Amino acid sequence: MSEMKKIKNLKEFSTSADRFEGANLLCPGCAHSIIVREVLNATNDDLVLSASTGCLEVCTAVYPYTSWDASWIHIGFENGSTAVAGAEAMYNALKRKGRLKQPDRNPKFVSFAGDGASYDIGFQWISGCMERGHNMMHVVLDNEVYANTGGQRSSSTPIGSSTTTAPAGRVSYGEKKNKKDMVSIMASHGIPYAAQVAPNKWKDMVKKIQHGMAVEGPVFINAVSPCTTEWKFDPKDTMLLTDLATDSLVFPLYEIIDGHELNITYRPKSVIPVEEYLAAQGRFKHLFKDEYKHLIKEWQERVDANWEYLNRREEARV
Amino acid sequence: MAFDKMELRDIEVWDGNFAAAQAMRQCQIDVVSAYPITPSTPIVEGYAKFLADNYVEGEFVMVESEHAAMSGCIGAAAAGGRVATATSSQGFALMVETLYQASGMRLPIVLNVVNRALAAPLNVNGDHSDMYLGRDCGWIQLDAYCPQDAYDLNFIAFKVAEDHDVRLPCMVHQDGFMTSHTAQGVHTLDDDTAYSFVGDFKPMNDMLDFEHPVTHGVQTEEDWHFEHKARQHNDLMTKVMPKIQAAFDEFEKLSGRKYNIVEKYDMDDADVCVVCMGTSVETAREVASEMREKGVKAGVVGLRVIRPFPFFEIQEALKDVKAIAALDRSSPNGAPGMLFNEIAGALFNTDTKALLSGYIYGLGGRDLTKRHLTDLYTELQANADAGKVLTPLQQFIGVRGPKLQFL
Ligand SMILES: Cc1ncc(C[n+]2csc(CCOP(=O)(O)OP(=O)(O)O)c2C)c(N)n1
Ligand code: SF4
Repeated sequence: MSEMKKIKNLKEFSTSADRFEGANLLCPGCAHSIIVREVLNATNDDLVLSASTGCLEVCTAVYPYTSWDASWIHIGFENGSTAVAGAEAMYNALKRKGRLKQPDRNPKFVSFAGDGASYDIGFQWISGCMERGHNMMHVVLDNEVYANTGGQRSSSTPIGSSTTTAPAGRVSYGEKKNKKDMVSIMASHGIPYAAQVAPNKWKDMVKKIQHGMAVEGPVFINAVSPCTTEWKFDPKDTMLLTDLATDSLVFPLYEIIDGHELNITYRPKSVIPVEEYLAAQGRFKHLFKDEYKHLIKEWQERVDANWEYLNRREEARV
Repeated sequence: MAFDKMELRDIEVWDGNFAAAQAMRQCQIDVVSAYPITPSTPIVEGYAKFLADNYVEGEFVMVESEHAAMSGCIGAAAAGGRVATATSSQGFALMVETLYQASGMRLPIVLNVVNRALAAPLNVNGDHSDMYLGRDCGWIQLDAYCPQDAYDLNFIAFKVAEDHDVRLPCMVHQDGFMTSHTAQGVHTLDDDTAYSFVGDFKPMNDMLDFEHPVTHGVQTEEDWHFEHKARQHNDLMTKVMPKIQAAFDEFEKLSGRKYNIVEKYDMDDADVCVVCMGTSVETAREVASEMREKGVKAGVVGLRVIRPFPFFEIQEALKDVKAIAALDRSSPNGAPGMLFNEIAGALFNTDTKALLSGYIYGLGGRDLTKRHLTDLYTELQANADAGKVLTPLQQFIGVRGPKLQFL
């Protein structure tokens, strides 16, 4: 077991490693890069990384450049998780055969993917990886939309969001379906660790990433990733949006250990109304018309009910 | 090493699937990532049993689909080790996206393809539809006609694919059921000899070298994509054949078994010939010999290497014949057969006056009988005598109902 990295403060944390360079093509204000840096900065271990097709991938490895200073692979939209699983299998094979070039190294295997690449098209591949018990971590950069292809809905897109394939219009308020509960689904594979994280709560995130890297077996991390382009907010407000997401409990922070034991890891001192979260983003603008006001009420009820559900699960300690 | 050697008799009775599995065992693959499909399943089952019995050491990842199987192979190969798997038909079709990804990333993976028809209608039997679907994927494609070939060509496949000048994935094809499930005597190599032929795996740009991190599978636009693809194509066209030839030569020294890029049978003075692949090569050889007894100068050209297409070897093999039949075991779906097209393409700028006709046969496992081939040679001889193709360019062999013929 390698030593867990000690991190004192945000300044030290943000400059502690540079395996993901600032030089990339992501939009100004994109949370993807913040999340990736936070994940990589949480550890000093050697890394084998993958990214599925999506904003992160197309913006960070454009030949002849790369933003990655750790081994990294992209295959396709759906199969980044399985690429890492294959690499992990090779690591185990070569270790057993005594053929590793640096046998004393203890690498971590991490796949990054968008919500589209995780909740939808890559779902089966991730489920396979979780079920087979690969020693790997899958991190979802959950911006609740297919950003790289210009804003189509995914099964992570929340109700009422206007997307290009579920647009708000004269007779529609946009997306009609509830966001898929991916963390629960993945935890139900009985994996040792699943958690929801947010880049603003970096200490919570570091703890969870370090926990995830320390356990043996598959780990699933869902990170909220505000997208300036598709959520439609000012690039300087990324962290504000993240604060609104966590403090309105739209995006609650919790972990599930061994598929059942749920712990809420962040309780806002004062909970912000969901309306404030929705009002800060262009994708929900139409909800503030009179005819859709009831949807905002429903939003609040849904978030409250989910928070209640999470609390009960935590209390039940089952 | 920690695993046990297996004692083999000089000749074992193996079917094509087991022959391929044995070759995979002897090459000591590091990672097999697999998903079952008829008729190729026994290959990975055989490999799993070797693992269970400690005859091989490595990781066997039983994934949830063929797409994932090849995805796992890609990740494992990029990590730096010997990688193989097997599939057929629908599984192959599901893999196609990843087949392009594997070759574009220049990863030396070996894929045993037990050829089978593609649905619909669903059919588990042998034809070459999946082989043809793979022909533009950027893989090297070798073709086995019998279990012996399926065994031997696996060694050739690893040797060529893993060569640092090549670094391209390689398929070994065999006919579903006809080869995969038909047991024959197979001349074996002992474990040490077999392994020393393929040699130790030599990693290149491996992800597990933490002193030298690498980036695999980048994004390119019009500024670089063309260069990458053109280079890949160039390497397939110029580097692969000499390496295959060298591997064939070395293998012959080792085993006494001779393989050729194009397998010519009675072609020295042939007037009429059949060009084909898979098990039909052996049937055609038998019929050609019988035709010779009847005074027809018949020959057979078998493709051993399908990709890269043996353009010059085909030109050379066919330069003196008068009438040629290209036999395609796949539904052309709106065009002349693939082999017909490729033979025509190879011969077009040559001095040949040979007449070319195309035949579609054996779809979904339908037999190609000696009688069919006897009739075919007779037809070719008639074409040769008349100096023109007397029949339509495209005909179907042995299909029920009204005669289907086109062009
Ligand atoms: C098989 C396949 N289907 C579709 C696409 C097109 N495509 C590329 S990225 C993408 C959306 C990515 O969305 P997501 O995974 O949420 O990541 P984001 O870009 O939002 O970070 C789509 C639809 C593809 N590359 N491959
Ligand atoms: S579109 Fe969104 S997710 Fe993509 S780079 Fe821009 S901000 Fe990031």
